Amino acid sequence: MVCALLLALATTAFAAVDPLPFKDRAEELRFQTLTKQLRCLVCQNESLNDSAAPLAADLRRDVFEQMRAGKSDDEIKTWLTARYSDFVLYDPPLRGGTWLLWFGPLLVLLGGAAAVFINVRRRAQAAAATPLARAPNDTEDDW
Amino acid sequence: MNARLLPLAGFLLIAALLGFGIWWSSSHDPRAVPSPLIDKPAPTFALPLLADPDKTLGSADLAGQPYLLNVFASWCFACRDEHPILMREGKRLGIKLVGFNYKDEPDDAQRWLAQYGDPYDVVIADHPGKVAIDFGVTGAPETFLVDGSGVIRYKYISPITPEVIDKELLPRIAAMKGAAR
Repeated sequence: MVCALLLALATTAFAAVDPLPFKDRAEELRFQTLTKQLRCLVCQNESLNDSAAPLAADLRRDVFEQMRAGKSDDEIKTWLTARYSDFVLYDPPLRGGTWLLWFGPLLVLLGGAAAVFINVRRRAQAAAATPLARAPNDTEDDW
Repeated sequence: MNARLLPLAGFLLIAALLGFGIWWSSSHDPRAVPSPLIDKPAPTFALPLLADPDKTLGSADLAGQPYLLNVFASWCFACRDEHPILMREGKRLGIKLVGFNYKDEPDDAQRWLAQYGDPYDVVIADHPGKVAIDFGVTGAPETFLVDGSGVIRYKYISPITPEVIDKELLPRIAAMKGAAR
């Protein structure tokens, strides 16, 4: 809701308020790449690069200042996570609290594979037991 | 188990998962960013007073006593919901109430406090929002409980309610005062 409002304002205000004095294209590209990996804390489904929220503008300013001060991307990310936790990273690090996030999909995939495997084997056994007659269940599968 | 019940079991599993999500988010704000600053020293800062920008107040001035730092702004709608509660129940906390005027125009903030009342012992103004970033502020209202040794003990995002005062703030304040004695 707030984001939609800000977005409406942003189309006019964004370009006028925010330009950062990049010294060359390479610096601008580095800034863009870095801020696309960071999450805006107000419009939480937007990256810091896209967001028109005032806090995002402040954070872009700080990221830019730190880049100018010679900080590496990792140092800037550490600086941000010290204040806003891993939430600010779109690519969360692998550690104790995030293993489910990283390996959850794999677990679901393995579970699905196991279900398919069991089902197929059971049907093969049922087919072997009644080699000529169609299994009554099969009529359900006409689609 | 009958194999025909398998899809039903799968459906129930997913329904349970989604139901848990609804239950969880009714008691937890999914937008609330967990603060890594809990039980860490509050950032050092010095900010101008809203009422008198020539004077500053900083973490050094506040050291030694627990205080409640309440982030507010005149542009913040939810702060207007929170405000009467701070007016009515703020004194009950028994600690210093520091207003943190966030990214606000000083005139607007002064007018806001004149219109709705001023529950704060002192109000500092962070117009550029730099100190707010050090505190990990994501918006307003947000509230930090800082103990006498300058350590952040608790953070609450969204408007304070009487329930939060009773269940979260007062026990922690009592514990701080007990530890200090």
